[in-house]
Amino acid sequence: MELFALIFGSIFISNIVLAQFLGICPFLGVSKDIKSAFGMGLSVMFVMILSSTICWLVYTFLLVRFDLEYLKTIAFILTIAALVQLLEMFLKKNVPALYKSMGVYLPLITTNCAILGIALLNIQENYNLIYTLANAFANSAGFTLALVLMAGIRERLDEADVPDAMKGLPIVFFVASSMGLAFVGFTGMI
Amino acid sequence: MIQAIVILAVMGGIFGAVLAVASKKLAVETDPRVDEVLSVLPGANCGACGFPGCAGLANAIVNEGAPINACVPGKEKVAKEIAAIMGLNAAPETVRKVAQLHCNGTFDNTKPLYEYKGVMDCHLAVTQFGGPSYCYYGCIGLGSCEQVCPFDAIHIGENRLPVVDTSACVGCGICANQCPQKILQIVPINKQVHVRCNNRDKGKKAMDTCKVSCISCGICVKNCPEGAITLMESKAGSVAVIDYDKCTSCGICVAKCPRKSIHLDRPIDPELTICEQPKEPEGCAACAAKSVCGLH
Repeated sequence: MELFALIFGSIFISNIVLAQFLGICPFLGVSKDIKSAFGMGLSVMFVMILSSTICWLVYTFLLVRFDLEYLKTIAFILTIAALVQLLEMFLKKNVPALYKSMGVYLPLITTNCAILGIALLNIQENYNLIYTLANAFANSAGFTLALVLMAGIRERLDEADVPDAMKGLPIVFFVASSMGLAFVGFTGMI
Repeated sequence: MIQAIVILAVMGGIFGAVLAVASKKLAVETDPRVDEVLSVLPGANCGACGFPGCAGLANAIVNEGAPINACVPGKEKVAKEIAAIMGLNAAPETVRKVAQLHCNGTFDNTKPLYEYKGVMDCHLAVTQFGGPSYCYYGCIGLGSCEQVCPFDAIHIGENRLPVVDTSACVGCGICANQCPQKILQIVPINKQVHVRCNNRDKGKKAMDTCKVSCISCGICVKNCPEGAITLMESKAGSVAVIDYDKCTSCGICVAKCPRKSIHLDRPIDPELTICEQPKEPEGCAACAAKSVCGLH
């Protein structure tokens, strides 16, 4: 039951993009059409689950063992950077279309505060491995949800009568804040 | 302390090894000529070729059949080297292009509209009533072109107008894209006649704005033997514009313009010998612009 509360809470109530404000860069950068938004969301999901797991393992079996908890930030960054490089090579070889459409935002997943943020939050909340996996999955699902919603709205906006000064990012920021407000409606549900 | 260093070093080593193995196993086959072409290109990533950076052009030349003389700053030297790599004949000669300014609105010719105290950026100043110059269409003079030039070829001069260093300018077009007033144009270097005005108003209004403004009188249009200069109409008004494909740099419009807003310049191309520099049109005796030419 607690697991369900964690998953539901991470997707809707404290959505990583709209409530915790982590991972805004790809949220605004890769949300132009639903396909690439979904692809980005899945990549982030893959990286987040894998990196959270490995980071948790590194923390529990390496850093705690040697009383080096204070090194978690740098150790996690090292892990995440290596992981994203791996993902980039894998995508370039096996799914070149997705690699091309994501462009520079793929290596930007490395510096994405969402990935490091979740890895650190898992430690801060003292989750065990199952909860870490669930938390990573749920948050990345929430990220994908926010991205796909934004992409859907942006596709509609392309055909709407937006004032010239607001075209492009300005109207997207308005939309993002409206979405954030809408998701506030979920608070207190659990 | 030593444990921390060792642990981090070991982690780094393991990850590095994993990545090294992965880079071999997940390697994508690329044509080695792409790297060779990339090493020959200037590496400025200016984008004048129309492709995303030098890497984009290298890929396009080898894999997508882009023209081998597409690199603007590279000029013939790079085109020949790329031709050697690709095993093709060298590309045809291309005329060098440089940026030209369509404004002569110094504060002696026109006047300031207000004193601007703000961030020195033309894009910001233009939102405030069209810029600090009295002429709504003219140069703002705060140096956005100077800031973006990757070759350090354009600088704001003492009279607040940008001066193009034709020996350094390669015609990449970034300054022209950036100018919010759209008064920089990329033109072949052998074209010597330029309309130095962008004022779209007509008659008295243009006269009151600036001493050397184009008033759209049309005298140049009537007198051009090639039909190369026309009055370009737009929503805002009209201004004289030269079609550089037709212009022969004869200088007749320079002499006829009552406002002296068309100029005859003799740009120096440092790669040409003295003999190859643009010649005086048919000798000075026959030149129509002799009376206004700065060389006499």
